Amino acid sequence: MKPLEQDYVKKKYDQVLPGGIDEWPVVALSRNREEFVKEVAKESIARIKSITSTRSALIEEIETTLFREKLRIKRNPWAVDPEDEADFLASVKSRLLEISHNEDKEEIDETLESILEEIIFRYSDEIAGNFKKSRYRFTRSFVTFGFARLLNASRARGFWSIFSTQYTLQDKINITGEVEHLRSLTRKGTIVMVPTHFSNLDSILIGWVINAMGLPAFIYGAGLNLFNIKIIAYFLNSLGAYRVDRRKKNLLYLETLKAYSSLAIQRGCHSLFFPGGTRSRSGKIEKRLKLGLLSTAIEAQRVNYQKGKRDGLEKIFIVPVTLNYNFVLEAPGLIKQYLKLKGQERYYVENDEYSTSYKISAFLLKFFTKGSDISVSIGKAMDVLGNYVDNDGNSYDKHGRNIDTQEYFTQDGRIISHNQQREDEYTRMLSQRIVEEYHRINKIFASHLVAFTAFQIFRQRYTKLDLYNLLRLPEEEQVIDYSEFKEAFEKVLKKVHNMRNEGKVNISPHLMGDPDKIIDHGLKNVGMYHAKRPLIKNKNGDIITQDLNLLFYYHNRLEGYNLEQYV
Amino acid sequence: MSRQKVGVIGAGSFGTAIANILARNSDVLLYARNPDTARAIESSRESAKQRIEDNIQTTSSLEEVAAQCNTIFPIVPSANFREMMKQLSPYLHPYHMLIHGTKGLDLTLPDKRPADFKISREYIKTMSEVIREESVVVRVGCMAGPNLSVELSKGHPAATVIASPFNEVVNEGKKLLRSENFQVYGNKDLTGVELCGILKNIIAIASGILTGLGFGENAKGLLVSRGLVEMIYLGQALGGDISSFIGLAGIGDLVATASSETSRNFTCGYKLAEGKTLDQVTTEMDETAEGINTIRIIKQLADSQRIKPLITETLHKILFQNMSPTEGVTYLMRYPGNIDIDFL
Repeated sequence: MKPLEQDYVKKKYDQVLPGGIDEWPVVALSRNREEFVKEVAKESIARIKSITSTRSALIEEIETTLFREKLRIKRNPWAVDPEDEADFLASVKSRLLEISHNEDKEEIDETLESILEEIIFRYSDEIAGNFKKSRYRFTRSFVTFGFARLLNASRARGFWSIFSTQYTLQDKINITGEVEHLRSLTRKGTIVMVPTHFSNLDSILIGWVINAMGLPAFIYGAGLNLFNIKIIAYFLNSLGAYRVDRRKKNLLYLETLKAYSSLAIQRGCHSLFFPGGTRSRSGKIEKRLKLGLLSTAIEAQRVNYQKGKRDGLEKIFIVPVTLNYNFVLEAPGLIKQYLKLKGQERYYVENDEYSTSYKISAFLLKFFTKGSDISVSIGKAMDVLGNYVDNDGNSYDKHGRNIDTQEYFTQDGRIISHNQQREDEYTRMLSQRIVEEYHRINKIFASHLVAFTAFQIFRQRYTKLDLYNLLRLPEEEQVIDYSEFKEAFEKVLKKVHNMRNEGKVNISPHLMGDPDKIIDHGLKNVGMYHAKRPLIKNKNGDIITQDLNLLFYYHNRLEGYNLEQYV
Repeated sequence: MSRQKVGVIGAGSFGTAIANILARNSDVLLYARNPDTARAIESSRESAKQRIEDNIQTTSSLEEVAAQCNTIFPIVPSANFREMMKQLSPYLHPYHMLIHGTKGLDLTLPDKRPADFKISREYIKTMSEVIREESVVVRVGCMAGPNLSVELSKGHPAATVIASPFNEVVNEGKKLLRSENFQVYGNKDLTGVELCGILKNIIAIASGILTGLGFGENAKGLLVSRGLVEMIYLGQALGGDISSFIGLAGIGDLVATASSETSRNFTCGYKLAEGKTLDQVTTEMDETAEGINTIRIIKQLADSQRIKPLITETLHKILFQNMSPTEGVTYLMRYPGNIDIDFL
């Protein structure tokens, strides 16, 4: 095995669209923001009406929304919430009350219509992004320049190296995988990028990655909580984010959100969403995806076909991406929540633990001034049914035969039809394909492998203990003899290499060469900035943990590969 | 009557019976692999000893089936199913719907196997999984239920289950198959319904043995109920829902197959009980008893997963390890009884 120095390409990519920023679909969208918001509202109302087919069902849905919204304001208010929200809800309430005393069906319908319109318009206006060319340009240069300065100052020695250009962000954030493929498809159709989600940093990181690859800005759903912080809100707005409020789980809101996403994709806006819905609490690669937003990609594709848009230009491409970290800032909080809430997710209140600018700047500083590289793996693009596509956007089956994606949406062989149940099923199939691809393109770091091995050794040592008791193992038991550790590690490593050769997973170049060195590298990097380290060597050279929960968290990254049996 | 032709692949007794039922509602294109057979059926208007309806045409070209029919019913033995799919696949499009009626499993092992290789679920495929693997067709379903070919061909009242995650497939199946004497139910649990049809064949062989040994209805009652429990355990291990097993495709088909002397699997067991060897039995029968292959596959899986399906293992001993049917029954009867029902 020859050790590889670096597996990523460091280069400056040209802009995919030579005409520059004015050609970007997102720019067109923001130019006509007002009109688009109206279109979204209209579409959402149509959807809601078709779901709530009777008058009383609609009233019930509005009442439920009202009730939940009032509860949200009371229990979980955020800085970003509009000030007139309480007044608005009060007015909705009084009008609903009027309805219940009214006998005139026509008047009732009129009032309902106007209530619905107002609520939906507020939602779609809140969701809609606020992309600004000038801000985008500024943010882009600010981020690239600023971070590069920090990076050079920390990597090279001495103050003056702050002006050095030896390192760029691409040394920090390694982009690997199908970059050229993606660039080519961006010119051909509409991209829907679906990354894994481990950290709040993801949103910013992926925005930078998209820019570094020379792609036009993507619109993407960012948690509304992030907009609580003014500076982050500024960045997110300028990067093309739209707002997703996970506190609002009522039908009216969810349908508006879906309508927004679907219409934007139909208009050719490249989109990005985290299909896991929220950061992976457990540290596992997402296994079950949220189907709501994903379904909008399939819907948009069908609508495009219905409109007769048949050429590659109107095709929608799904691009899975994994973000691979040695260190996740929020890991201690996330895993704590995971353990506490496992099985009780329903009662879980969305919180905003990441709220201060201080925390995030401290993290960014740490991130850029110290080691801990991040790698971003770009997967192969697929059509909305999960078939791989070539650089021209043609779909192929497993046997290399060309597929006409349109034919998945036909009834009686020819006519393109809308069948919601079919599309729901397609969404499930697509989500399974995405999960499969995640596991395939995921890049295993030495740090993941040491954490996995160590935790599995504990687990197999105490098979009688359930997870919760295992995590409460007394400190003196939390030691693994180095030779035992190494033996298990080498077995897993061998299997991982085999899997890599079979194309089932990616590995970091650090996983080549002398196992002792790989282990050292892994130990050095796993959760490196946590106050309590998940894994270190003690004075005798044996392996110990300072925080079993964190070890469990980092170990989880390699769940789902059936590697347990090799420890 | 719909103008679109419906395809049936496989002109065995079940395929022919289904073609005749389909012919009540649509024109049918019946595929036989051998061109001579296809021509013979066409001219004699008889297939697998059944008269075929006037609006059934035959062909030996899979390309023609795919070109003329949007909905196709593949009904060929599991041993030939994958090969058939490989040949059919180049002509299939995503708009095709496939509803199969094959009640067996496919076992495909990797070419290179490590020394410690263990068989697991990923190598065992139901027919719908084979279809998905080999073709671009996603709208896949299966039909299962108490559908003994002989009775179907006589037009006796019967019913079947069409299972598919896609409502449109279920509805298509209903539209095409439903008639005065043939009721069609829908089910979303495709895997579960497939497994019902597959696993009941094991019990049908056992039932044939019991009957062949001259035992009566008590013994059969015992077998059917314990057999259902075993089916459910195996079904769960293979990824099916419990609920499908108490439906038409589960208990319904089990009762029919376990009491019918016209069932191939039952006949297979019956002949074994008469003292014939497995080789003799298979040469005597003109069509495949899927249960034999299923027992072989399930036994391997059970060994590697460390589960113990008692009836299947005993049958495996009788079929492949020279245990006599009488010894088999004694072995089962001596086995310490367990809790009646512990899965609900």
